Amino acid sequence: MKQESIAGNLKKLAIFLALTAVILILMRYLFPEQSALSLEVMRDYSKEVALIFPPVLVLMGLADVWIPEDMVKQYLGKTSGWRGILLSLFLGTLPTGPLFIAFPIASEMLKKGARIANVVVFLGAWASLKMPQIGVEIQFLGLEFAFYRAGLTFIAVICIALITDKLLKRSEISWGKILKE
Amino acid sequence: MLVALIINIIAIGTLVYSFTQSSRKSIQALKTALMKGLKLAPWMVGIIVLIGIVLSFVPPEVIERYLGGEMTIYQVVAAALIGTVSMIPNLITLPLAGSLIDSGASYTTIAAFLTTLTMVGFVTMPLEIKLLGKKITFWRNLLAFFFAIIIAVIIGALM
Repeated sequence: MKQESIAGNLKKLAIFLALTAVILILMRYLFPEQSALSLEVMRDYSKEVALIFPPVLVLMGLADVWIPEDMVKQYLGKTSGWRGILLSLFLGTLPTGPLFIAFPIASEMLKKGARIANVVVFLGAWASLKMPQIGVEIQFLGLEFAFYRAGLTFIAVICIALITDKLLKRSEISWGKILKE
Repeated sequence: MLVALIINIIAIGTLVYSFTQSSRKSIQALKTALMKGLKLAPWMVGIIVLIGIVLSFVPPEVIERYLGGEMTIYQVVAAALIGTVSMIPNLITLPLAGSLIDSGASYTTIAAFLTTLTMVGFVTMPLEIKLLGKKITFWRNLLAFFFAIIIAVIIGALM
């Protein structure tokens, strides 16, 4: 059973890579100018994802076996209130990679019973309140701009999360489709 | 790269500690990680290819043309839209934003661009929908877009 599903997933990946190769070759012939730039961007992103995604997966796997659902519910669940929001905010600001790496983590949080508001805060903080990113921002755009943007984004992230939480019920969310077995 | 190094060290350290506690659970964790990785890998490849293609058609020069110069409400909305469809690494974006400000672009425009660039992801939406559902994805992105414009307007007023 397990073996089959590994083979199945590998097959999907192989098909996907073949398709990608076809697209890249087409790009090269149809848009030679754009092709060079896009390859460069893809190389940079691939490097980042290749370095960051495996350890994130391992940490997710470890979290899965070691962190009991009750604990997630207690710290990030429905009744976690402002402490849950602050904890999610803190988890999101830890330096890591691009936002799409955070989606699987967010999905796991939901699955284990985290509140929708907390998951959205986590994603918002991950996206735009990263500490190293703010450092570079100060360097290029000045302290004043970076300070206002981070402060306003902080408020906005919490507003977005609370509004989303109010609008949606956990029961009507269909999350984690590709991670379910 | 330092970030990548730190995460790897943390992951390996945690894994080693986990093995000292229970090798059965640790092997289970690694299996879970492998399965998730295999399931997500095609998505990661797809997103990276899309990001590359989109950026090559919306290169920094084009962004410069649209976001530089006199500020109008259209320009702020355009900035938010460009930020929505593109996914540009911060290493490119922040210097670009800095040079745009130097050449006379308004802080409002740049704030709108930077905020949607980071918070709203058009290219990554299919993955977000798969993992978090249509509803969360829709509201999170829509609200982030509107708040980006509000943030931009307030920054414009403050600076």
